[in-house]
Amino acid sequence: MIRTFGLPEIQFILEGAKWTILMSLAAFIFGGALGLLVALARTSAIRPLRVAAACYIQIFQGTPLLVQLFAVYFGLPLLGVNVELWLAVVTGLALHASGFLGEIWRGSIEAVPRGQTEAARALGLGYFARIRDVVLPQALRISLPATVGFMVNLVKGTAVAALLGLTEMTRSAQLMSNITFEPLKVYASVGLFYFIICLPLTLCSARLEKRLNAQG
Amino acid sequence: MSAVAARIRPDQNPQAVTDHPAQATITMSAVNKWYGKMHVLRDIDLRVNKGEHLVLCGPSGSGKSTLIRCINALEEIQSGTIEVNGNVLGRKGAKVDHIRRDVGMVFQQFNLFPHLTVLQNCMLAPRRIHRATEAEARDKAMHFLEQVHIAEHGHKYPAQLSGGQQQRVAIARALCMGPQVMLFDEPTSALDPEMVKEVLDTMIGLADQGITMICVTHEMGFARAVAHRVIFMDRGEIIESAPPSEFFGAPKHERTRAFLGQILNH
Amino acid sequence: MDYSFDFAPVFQAWRLLAEGAWATTWISAISMAAGLVLGTILTAMRMAPVGVLRALAIGYIEIIRNTPFLVQVFFIFFGLPALGLRLDAMQAAILTMTLNCSAYIAEIVRSGVQSIRPGQIEAGKALGLPSFDVYRFIVFRPAIRAVYPSLCSQFILMMLNTSLVASISAQELTYAAQMIDNRTFRSFEVYFVLGAIYLALSQLFSLGLQLIGRSYFSYPTK
Repeated sequence: MIRTFGLPEIQFILEGAKWTILMSLAAFIFGGALGLLVALARTSAIRPLRVAAACYIQIFQGTPLLVQLFAVYFGLPLLGVNVELWLAVVTGLALHASGFLGEIWRGSIEAVPRGQTEAARALGLGYFARIRDVVLPQALRISLPATVGFMVNLVKGTAVAALLGLTEMTRSAQLMSNITFEPLKVYASVGLFYFIICLPLTLCSARLEKRLNAQG
Repeated sequence: MSAVAARIRPDQNPQAVTDHPAQATITMSAVNKWYGKMHVLRDIDLRVNKGEHLVLCGPSGSGKSTLIRCINALEEIQSGTIEVNGNVLGRKGAKVDHIRRDVGMVFQQFNLFPHLTVLQNCMLAPRRIHRATEAEARDKAMHFLEQVHIAEHGHKYPAQLSGGQQQRVAIARALCMGPQVMLFDEPTSALDPEMVKEVLDTMIGLADQGITMICVTHEMGFARAVAHRVIFMDRGEIIESAPPSEFFGAPKHERTRAFLGQILNH
Repeated sequence: MDYSFDFAPVFQAWRLLAEGAWATTWISAISMAAGLVLGTILTAMRMAPVGVLRALAIGYIEIIRNTPFLVQVFFIFFGLPALGLRLDAMQAAILTMTLNCSAYIAEIVRSGVQSIRPGQIEAGKALGLPSFDVYRFIVFRPAIRAVYPSLCSQFILMMLNTSLVASISAQELTYAAQMIDNRTFRSFEVYFVLGAIYLALSQLFSLGLQLIGRSYFSYPTK
């Protein structure tokens, strides 16, 4: 039976959107936590830590997200961790995000003037106090536009999960395209939904960037 | 007007001669310019004769740079007309490119193209506009680079030269287009003091060849040496215009005296 | 962990992987070059004084930048035939990559152009050069130089994105890997090796782009 592309089909795709958004959020939160550690390691005074973090970042920035997801999906069971597809995908996306966010935040931490750390040290603050109370608040402000910009990439990246068979928004669209034989309308619609999710983030990032530049 | 007609110089153009018996190269009539609400040029009337050397001075913000930038249409004017070599610039100049080819300009910040060598800087416009061959453009560039005593640096990039050297290259680059008029917009203001002289000497050499020159500068020694007329501007108006002897010896206007007092006594 | 790794079947299929890597390399190179041309045109439109051109360019750039590459691939490969444009997998892949890449490049090139001091453009105009010549001979190289590192990372990201065109059976590196996976059932080993090859490719691309940058987009500065 061939169905036409109508309201029920759109609803099905929007069901998938729920996954897209949830996965993006989860990947951002877990990836962000891990990414912060990566950024701190990358800027630490201990050389082996710096090198390890650099390799970690290079691996995630130098391989395709699809391959990262496959490697995690097939690799986790080898570690004795048998998880459901969605959990494997979220893990993969979070690792991916940690690499990119780690690099973005490394740049922001390094952009904080050296004098700030020196002043904090002169006041007798320890490493964690220096990082938490002096460096990170300033780095956060600097990193905000790029961080929000990366969130857009992360939302778009979740589409890759469709190729592992996870029924997020793009996979839902594939399914609807297969039963309606109207790929043009289906993919245009799903493109529009992504656009609606991503555009506010893009605009927000641009505005933050402008504000940051204005403040110097 | 066709490209051929545009090349006719005013002294060869019978109509220009009857209209302007003194062979005016540039005529500005009732020129007004605003930046938003700021009235930066007020009813400017100015005639520059062929071969004349003009020095424009005045406090910063007086409109002197804006005035010469209007002559080659880097700034738009809101009313009045500017005629350069028989080409008229109105509100929207149709023959802007013709005028720019007849008018060379030297900037305060040199504005050499950083990705091109000194020679390439000089060859670009002749090659693109006059369709000169590589060899012709190179010969011409070398000729003018020799004239400004910098030919031996032809293969270098701008960043490898001192400020004074860069400014001399900028002068040679403008000369390669064979301009009728040279505009100088504070050519020595961005230079370290020890380099000012080499650039001024180059400009004096150029003046001796009889090219029409308009210089915005505070180098009053230069003004005394080469200017036929010194013009003082303030708040967008031409306040005083006189030969250097008169301008420096007996300035008529109070504002001119105040200005001269400031720059000559500090 | 009782799994025993066996990479032998993967390495036995090295020919497939090598062909795939070569395909990935050339479709990426073509798309980069075409994307740079299209991106530069988009930049010109984006900065044009004509409102319609500007709006068109902005619309295009934002649509591309705010939708997933995979959806763009599906739209072009599965959707466009409905409009009478039927492309084979490779053509669709290259077209999508070019279109995608051009939007990102346009934004990068624009910030490069904006970094050029106005005096440079004025000096060109003062010599009597027409606008097009000013941008072509005076603005272009310094502008690209200013943003060359971001341009390179964008190129690398695009090269990595090519892995997604395996989904429409365009025969590049990931497609080759999937074929080996189907034959050997050594999934983890296959994707591990695949990751290593991509990592090597991205280093090679990065090196190649640096060489191009050093030979063409480099000149002494203070």
